[in-house]
Amino acid sequence: MEHQTPHALRSYLIGFVLAVILSAVPFWLVYTHALPPHRTLLVIGIAAVLQVLVHLRFFLHINFTTTPRENILALVFTCLLLFIMVGGSFWIMFDLHSRMLI
Amino acid sequence: MSVAPMNEHEREEIEVHEQRALGFWLYLMGDAAIFALLFATYAIMIPGTAGGPTGKQLFELDNAAIETVLLLVSSMTFGFASLQVKAGNRGAVLVWLAITFLLGAGFVFLEVREFAGMIAKGAGPDRSGFLSAFFTLVGTHGVHVTMGLIWIVVLGLQVALKGLTLPVASRLYRLGLFWHFLDIAWVGIFSIVYLPGLL
Repeated sequence: MEHQTPHALRSYLIGFVLAVILSAVPFWLVYTHALPPHRTLLVIGIAAVLQVLVHLRFFLHINFTTTPRENILALVFTCLLLFIMVGGSFWIMFDLHSRMLI
Repeated sequence: MSVAPMNEHEREEIEVHEQRALGFWLYLMGDAAIFALLFATYAIMIPGTAGGPTGKQLFELDNAAIETVLLLVSSMTFGFASLQVKAGNRGAVLVWLAITFLLGAGFVFLEVREFAGMIAKGAGPDRSGFLSAFFTLVGTHGVHVTMGLIWIVVLGLQVALKGLTLPVASRLYRLGLFWHFLDIAWVGIFSIVYLPGLL
């Protein structure tokens, strides 16, 4: 939990500005088609990951000093679970797809 | 909390707050797993349009952009409400909660309008596997936001009636976690559903 209010206010404002930039860039690329589709997809993916980190850091105030260790552990464990479940789903479904539909 | 613990009772209350914050955090991690699986299902179902309309024909970039702005600004205004909780400023907390509520309600309105428009065009969740996955994913997020709106009203009433007591501040803290979490889920939705769909 934060102690100094001006510091915390700055945290929300920095987070907001970064989130606006990280949303505006992918939306702008899709509006203008400035890049070829696969490059745009890459930018969308990178901007999304960065924005999630910005939200965790500046809005949810996750950091490695004041956040309780249990919360960080739960977050890291969830990331591992998501990787296994989402990666595993893709693996199985795309494998099935290539075996049955082609 | 800006209030320094003054007696045994308050120290206990703060301990209870920390336990509940952890418990709520664990719930959010479970919710993240639900969303991740809905995202995976959606990504797998994108080609499953069964001859029906695709995302490119159905999604509107302007609508998604406005929804993104509403939710992002609401996340910041909730942050301002949290700061006023710490400052012990009851009136300002109510004002920022009300602004957050209006932004969130605007988001839900746009989403319901989008869903109604799609269903009216014959592109409801029963049309194809792709649309079933779309409505499940985006609808689940919409239901979460709606629950958050109800929660904002309930806690707004508590702030107005009980004041910023430790238990009320503790509940506002958990509502804040929930609200910021919903914005993270929305980042996933516009990055996986709307932007690639309209590419």
